[in-house]
Amino acid sequence: MIMRSLRSLLAACLALLCACSDSGWNNPYPSSDDSENIFYGSFSERPKHLDPVSSYSENEAVFTGQIYEPVLQYHFFDRPYRLEPLTSETVPEPIYYDQDGSYLGSDPLAEDVHEVVYRIKIKPGILFQPHPCFALDEKGNYLHHKLSEQEIESKTKLSDFSSTGTRELIAADYVYQIKRLMHPKLHSPIAGFMTKYIKDLGQFGNRLREASIESSRTLDLRAHEFLGAKIVDKYTYEIRLSKKYPQFKYWLAMSFFAPVPWEADAFFNQPGMKEHNLSLDWYPVGTGPYMLTENNPNRRMVLEKNPNYRGELFPGADESDSESLMPYIDRAHYSLEKESIPGWTKFLQGYYDASGVVSDSFDQTIQFNTRGEASLTEEMKSKGINLVTAVRSSISYMGFNMVDPVVGGTSEQSLLLRRAISIAIDYEELISIFANGRGTAAQGPIPPGIFGYVEGENGINPYVYKWAGNQAKRQKLEVAKDLLFRAGYENGVNINTGEPLTLYFDTVSSGPGSKVMLNWYRKQFSKLGIDLVVRATDYNRFQEKVRKGTVQIFSWGWNADYPDPENFFFLLYGPNAKIVSQGENAVNYQNKEFDDLFVRMRSMANGSERQEVINRMLEIVRRDAPWVWGFHPTSYTLSHSWYGNAVPNLMARNTLKYKTIEVSSRSQKRNEWNRPIIWPLLAFTSLIIFALIPAWCVYVARERARLGE
Amino acid sequence: MSPEKGLGSVSSYLTRRILYAFPILIGVNFITFVLFFVVNSPDDMARVHLGNRYVTEDAISNWKSERGYDKPLFIALNSTGKKIFTETIFFDKTVRLFTFDFGQSDSGRDISYDISERMWPSLFISLPVLCLGLLFTLSLALLIAFFRGTYIDSSAVILCVSMMSISGLFYIIGGQYLLSKLLQIVPISGFDDGIASIKFLLLPILIGVIGGLGHGTRWYRTIFLEEIHRDYVRTARAKGLSEKGVLYQHVLRNALIPIVTGVVALLPSLFLGSLITEAFFGIPGLGSYTIDAIQSQDFAIVRAMVFLGSVLYILGLILTDVAYTLVDPRIRL
Repeated sequence: MIMRSLRSLLAACLALLCACSDSGWNNPYPSSDDSENIFYGSFSERPKHLDPVSSYSENEAVFTGQIYEPVLQYHFFDRPYRLEPLTSETVPEPIYYDQDGSYLGSDPLAEDVHEVVYRIKIKPGILFQPHPCFALDEKGNYLHHKLSEQEIESKTKLSDFSSTGTRELIAADYVYQIKRLMHPKLHSPIAGFMTKYIKDLGQFGNRLREASIESSRTLDLRAHEFLGAKIVDKYTYEIRLSKKYPQFKYWLAMSFFAPVPWEADAFFNQPGMKEHNLSLDWYPVGTGPYMLTENNPNRRMVLEKNPNYRGELFPGADESDSESLMPYIDRAHYSLEKESIPGWTKFLQGYYDASGVVSDSFDQTIQFNTRGEASLTEEMKSKGINLVTAVRSSISYMGFNMVDPVVGGTSEQSLLLRRAISIAIDYEELISIFANGRGTAAQGPIPPGIFGYVEGENGINPYVYKWAGNQAKRQKLEVAKDLLFRAGYENGVNINTGEPLTLYFDTVSSGPGSKVMLNWYRKQFSKLGIDLVVRATDYNRFQEKVRKGTVQIFSWGWNADYPDPENFFFLLYGPNAKIVSQGENAVNYQNKEFDDLFVRMRSMANGSERQEVINRMLEIVRRDAPWVWGFHPTSYTLSHSWYGNAVPNLMARNTLKYKTIEVSSRSQKRNEWNRPIIWPLLAFTSLIIFALIPAWCVYVARERARLGE
Repeated sequence: MSPEKGLGSVSSYLTRRILYAFPILIGVNFITFVLFFVVNSPDDMARVHLGNRYVTEDAISNWKSERGYDKPLFIALNSTGKKIFTETIFFDKTVRLFTFDFGQSDSGRDISYDISERMWPSLFISLPVLCLGLLFTLSLALLIAFFRGTYIDSSAVILCVSMMSISGLFYIIGGQYLLSKLLQIVPISGFDDGIASIKFLLLPILIGVIGGLGHGTRWYRTIFLEEIHRDYVRTARAKGLSEKGVLYQHVLRNALIPIVTGVVALLPSLFLGSLITEAFFGIPGLGSYTIDAIQSQDFAIVRAMVFLGSVLYILGLILTDVAYTLVDPRIRL
């Protein structure tokens, strides 16, 4: 009887707490959302910027990619990655002119080119999302552009504004954003880089700076013109470059070149807005399929379908099929999950639609067959979970500072030393131990999937690998020891001086967890008898040392901005050396032949001729070995059976519009997987009560005895 | 002492303590400055905010000048008169703090607004944990004190020491595993507004209370046992008071000073939240605010939070002293 009452009481309490929902008690979302077409995902780090002028990180692109629309996008399915129009009519082709303004043809020599014009025509009829910055009164005046400070005082979020509006996307919005790259207060990370290519951009930046010093008012960029970006007509604009740069088209697919309406700046730059946390950096305004309706990066970010979105056909779908119009999902909820365990549990409970693979649960999730291919464990398969893998367009490498007197330079001794180390560091082992097999040992700087990468025997680095048994095999340690001997060191001891060779490895200290990996690096060097001293430091100091060129050996990585070999080879281009120009060549590698080939290669169109140049460049850098080529990480993504079109596309950022959710299937699975079990709680409560009964009896007996005395 | 005289002495004591607080706060702020800028130079801060790719020296110097980080840290040797001290980052950033004007973070957010938003979720967890924790630990400690010297006492002490020895992280992960993953009774993490937040708060509060039981119970047991052997307790018993009356009316009241000291010391953490708890349960509180700011090298937030922490701590100490006079009339300020 007591047990039954207790059970009823407990069940009633818990049911009340779950707000009388018929969904699982552990459901973190309102039960009313169960039947909604919502995508549920997570993020682990607060996005720093949502203004396209300064947003660059991948975790920011999850949001900005769905909101802003540059003129181009990557085709969702095609590999190698291919650009296609997004808001433009076509993919613009560069038009080359010489010094006299004469047309030079489609692929002229870079040195002949004096000006490059990209003429971009955008599609008419595209509308911006509803936003207060567009709201007009009956007379056609902007309602919220001249607000007093008192009016702003009560506003802390966009929904506090009474009305919204929209307008058509025009070419001027793209030109306006290019001007914003140079705004002295917006600090675009690519501003300095783009001044090398976009005509007059650097001088335009200086003019803006002077104008902002002279006037205390907010800069109106519409009043400032420059040669590099011009409006041709309502739907057409031109970008002018000062030199041949075929990779520029990839930048046109990034949010830096997405449209921003002047009204947004006019709205957010009003006095008092910033003090109320109202800024474009917090509330983006775009034409994309989604708009940000809740921005609380400390808890949740919500994207909702943009009601003004024109709809886009799914790749390959028939135009007459209205059901193929994207986006498919109505809302996307991203919850902050700082720790991996809760996020992983929610995925298994069906409360997240997709997830990465958590290291702690890797063995529970992934198994490898005898050929080393990854697949899901039976437990995961039984839940209908799908796995997709893709080699990332990035590289993690170990660099030799080429200005270091021991490991750097072009002497035979240092060259052989670098090659010996390249063989000794067993990256296959590193991938297996520290990355759970999620990676591919690199044969050069270019990752698979990028033009220039060669599969098979022809693609191996012959200085480190040999082709055997239809696969690349790392050279034996004896080969490395022999190279080391030829470099003047016998078992790590200098043959001339008798001194043991000690090398210094700079890395970022990331707590006790990294100790195991650092010990592994020491072990790799000790195979050659080399003593490795690890100099772990914080990221700031590490970067400073790299900038000053005071490191000897270090580990670093690069994630591609765009799928072109230029974006990897430029990491070894001489003029980009850190100590020369603070560029991205962190190892300060200099090789004239390589540099000449790089200049040629970067302005060539993809084809056999370009591949030939790339092969020569690869041969040079493999021979000189300024990097131990490291590995290309592989991304593993898990998704539930109800989550459709989970195709990996590591270049595109606007992929949410392609995704689908089978809501009823999700709801059914969630209910099936999340049935509360309450009997252990009842048992525990009963145990406590039974344990207290003797104590109570003792108390009563004692009291009686004492009072009796 | 007349009530007027007592009130006067309290107000003069408070004035004195508030005046003492100024040099302490300046000192804390100074140490924060030194520690922060030893690790992060303004150039490093600019690089973190601007990103690591393609950033030029021009962009860095613009960023610094816009936020006033292009000035000298403590002494402007190139200036004259009082400007030697006022034209510095330290002066620039410190003075406003004393008016509780925390300004904007280096990423452009209003810090006071963020604090006021994030303070509540922290309080929703810490206050119930404190109150329920006190209720349970005091009750259990009194119970154990009642059974002093018996096998119940020994078993309870062993259990308390065991519970103290277990890491707080274990309670969190274990609690999440048991109640959310295995029994599927509450959500493993998350937060919501209003009444809907209860189901998210249950687990962190429960774990917070259980996690503090071992330490709290053992500590209060020791305090109660010290009191329980005193003469006044023996007198109370001799007068025929029940053991419950003895414990609650005499022992508990006389043990209040160390209890109050411990509780008031917790006041700053009530507002400032718990980093680990909030991170694991996805609670949008203040716990991770400072850590996130340190990681993103947002000095504006770091100095504001350290300043707020110091103020709350000083306030806590003053409240402790005032509370002493309430729980023990023999104490005068």
